[in-house]
Amino acid sequence: MSDAMLGARFAGTIGAFSLDAEFDFPQNGVTALFGPSGCGKTTLLRCFAGLEHLKHGAFSIDGEVWQDGRRFLPPHRRAVGYVFQHANLFQHLTVRDNLRFAMKRARGESAGRFDELTSLLGLGDLLERMPGRLSGGERQRVGIARALLSAPRLLLMDEPMSALDLQAREDIFPYLENLRHTLSVPVLYVTHAPEEVARFTDHLVVMREGKVIGAGPTVETLARLELPIAHERQAGIAVDAVVADIDLKWHLALAKFDGGALWIGDTGRSVGERVRLMIQARDVSIALLENPKVSIVNRVPAMIRQIRRSEDPSVQMIALEMGKTVIMARVTARSAYLLDLKPGMKVFAQIKSAAIID
Amino acid sequence: MKNKSFFVALLVIASAFAATRPSSAETVNVAVAANFTAAAEEIATLFAEETGHEAVLSFGSTGRLYAQILHGAPFSVFLAADQERPRLAAEAGLALADSRFTYALGTLVLFSAEENLFDDGSILERPDDFNRIAIANPASAPYGAAAVETLEALNLYDKLKDRIVQGENITQAFQFVATGNADIGFVALSQVVGEKGGSRWRVPQDLYSPIAQDAVLLKSGADNPAAVSFMAFLKSAAAHKIVQNHGYRTTP
Amino acid sequence: MGEAIFLTLKLAAVTTFFLMLFGVPLAWWLARSERWWKEVIGTIVALPLVLPPTVLGFYLLIALAPQSPLGEAIKALTGFSLPFTFAGLVVGSVIYSLPFAVQPVRNAFEAIGDDPLEAAATLRAGPFDRFFSVALPLARPGLLTGAILGFAHTVGEFGVVLMIGGNIPGETKVLSVAIYDYVETLQWQKAHILAFGMVAFSFAVILSTMLIERHVRRRFP
Repeated sequence: MSDAMLGARFAGTIGAFSLDAEFDFPQNGVTALFGPSGCGKTTLLRCFAGLEHLKHGAFSIDGEVWQDGRRFLPPHRRAVGYVFQHANLFQHLTVRDNLRFAMKRARGESAGRFDELTSLLGLGDLLERMPGRLSGGERQRVGIARALLSAPRLLLMDEPMSALDLQAREDIFPYLENLRHTLSVPVLYVTHAPEEVARFTDHLVVMREGKVIGAGPTVETLARLELPIAHERQAGIAVDAVVADIDLKWHLALAKFDGGALWIGDTGRSVGERVRLMIQARDVSIALLENPKVSIVNRVPAMIRQIRRSEDPSVQMIALEMGKTVIMARVTARSAYLLDLKPGMKVFAQIKSAAIID
Repeated sequence: MKNKSFFVALLVIASAFAATRPSSAETVNVAVAANFTAAAEEIATLFAEETGHEAVLSFGSTGRLYAQILHGAPFSVFLAADQERPRLAAEAGLALADSRFTYALGTLVLFSAEENLFDDGSILERPDDFNRIAIANPASAPYGAAAVETLEALNLYDKLKDRIVQGENITQAFQFVATGNADIGFVALSQVVGEKGGSRWRVPQDLYSPIAQDAVLLKSGADNPAAVSFMAFLKSAAAHKIVQNHGYRTTP
Repeated sequence: MGEAIFLTLKLAAVTTFFLMLFGVPLAWWLARSERWWKEVIGTIVALPLVLPPTVLGFYLLIALAPQSPLGEAIKALTGFSLPFTFAGLVVGSVIYSLPFAVQPVRNAFEAIGDDPLEAAATLRAGPFDRFFSVALPLARPGLLTGAILGFAHTVGEFGVVLMIGGNIPGETKVLSVAIYDYVETLQWQKAHILAFGMVAFSFAVILSTMLIERHVRRRFP
């Protein structure tokens, strides 16, 4: 993965809303734009696409200026792929014609990718259908394929999952993860779900009230307790690990990471394989002593790095360091007081569950 | 649904109006051919002064008024623009046949809004001097029929046929000429009698059959003293004077 | 009678063609523009809905007269003046039927909303491309309704034709005027035949627009 970064800045007002966002994101990989609804993340995305024109802005990609000073490229002149929240398929065209709409206008740059993308996104059986007859998840997959067939240099995804029900989300996750590994263009992914951030983004930009309040690699940034994302109910950390051992008798796999190892449910991985684990803060508790007499298998030595009050006064968030890895624990304020937890203390992180997400 | 309430409102308003004028022995409802509008208004004013009765005038094309009378419109006197409709009304038993008489004779005029274009009918022999001739619809308007008769009598009808544009009635024929869309046109003297300027030629009486306009007392007016009185008043010298002032003759 | 029917259909067809030619871009502008004064234009377009047709016809008669500035310009340009010609009827009918064609098309364009157009823009479709390959096909039901209403309204049009037509058989004597003439000359039998024909025609038109709308609602729920 190359470390080349792209810089962007957009500032201005739309009606009563004012946006002033400046950040860098990697040329390779997926960048999450995270924040509560109304924080301006969709507006920011629309600025990249040229669908909004803010007074001040600067963004260039592959040596082409999209906006700078008085220069402003209209959307149809930008090699951008946009995946809309509600897919926005053309209702008067079949799935195939929706996809061809994009191909025709990509000046041959995506010729030959039709078969590859329709199979990657599982659209083979849907090609002759009208959009009105697709499920939400299917529609979104078509939207993604269509955006990619326009041969973008930058892919923008605006909460592609938010309009889907739980099942549809689960269905579409594998396709997105697939894409993450095959795409060679930078992706900006707007979401307000910490789980999606942890699952398939490499870089994270946290927004609030039109401003960027934190940015960095996803794994590090997720554990920064001063950022609101750490206080979400679904807050958690993604940890990159390698399968080190398989316990066939109990159907467990040992995932080793920098600073420790976890036994997790074996999903048919083989030794040496790379996996990404999601450890949610509410699944982590803290013990002062190692206690083998609990049902929790994973008890990893760790050091308290940071303690932070949550918006909920009964809860405290604790960042735990294990080697270079940082995870979070969500504990009651009373326990933190009774155990007299302090930064720098050596403790044991009891991890009730961790999911392989990639 | 908006339309529906609008419609209902319309009905309410219409019925309210319908109720405002109670029929009284002192009032006569008169159906008047449109070309006689100005004269009829003057006559009605004088009639009210002299007799105390009120004449309520409704104007329209003779054909439409006749159709309305046929379908029960509450008129007591019918002043038509021709002789045929009053006769038909009497035949249909809606009017008193022996009450019918000619209250006015129309005079046909060739008119142009343009000054000094002509002062006699010879312009009709110089088709390069004008674009079109406006006439009233000869099938329904007596002035239109008279215009065609005139052209035929002058042996010009076939030559000028293609230059003719028809107004639906004599009012519209006059509009065509007054707005300059037709350079010349056959109109009623009553229409231009008050107009200053323009060119005009009074068509000699021997070129067309008289444009006789008949009045008739309708059955519903037979017992109405105001209606009977109005019919009589039309024959008075005072009424004749008004009729003549408006460009009609009262005797052939 | 046959001549009047043929002339009426010809007038309605030619008028509908021009209604669409001018009305669709106008409806698009009215639907998409963000200028406040577009509603002023919208109101002017809608005026024939409330103006008595004879008033409109009378103004047209004055405006198009050979001596008027507009009339002179038209005559200089085309060599003839419009009143009492078929072309004149087309001009009058287009103006008079404009709101009936523009309103459904405008509604259809407005119903499309920004979304599909923005999607098209991000797929590198320029403004004209978006109009022809997205807006027009999506507004198809509205276009059809507009065309049908414009056609039907022209068929039934009377006042304007009466004012600027001059009742010339084969040139300007259309159905509605013919019916009027039959009534005026007491030929009620013929008037009945034509009038019944128009009632049946209008019924068919309104029914078909309703069926189109129903079909569309089913297809794009």
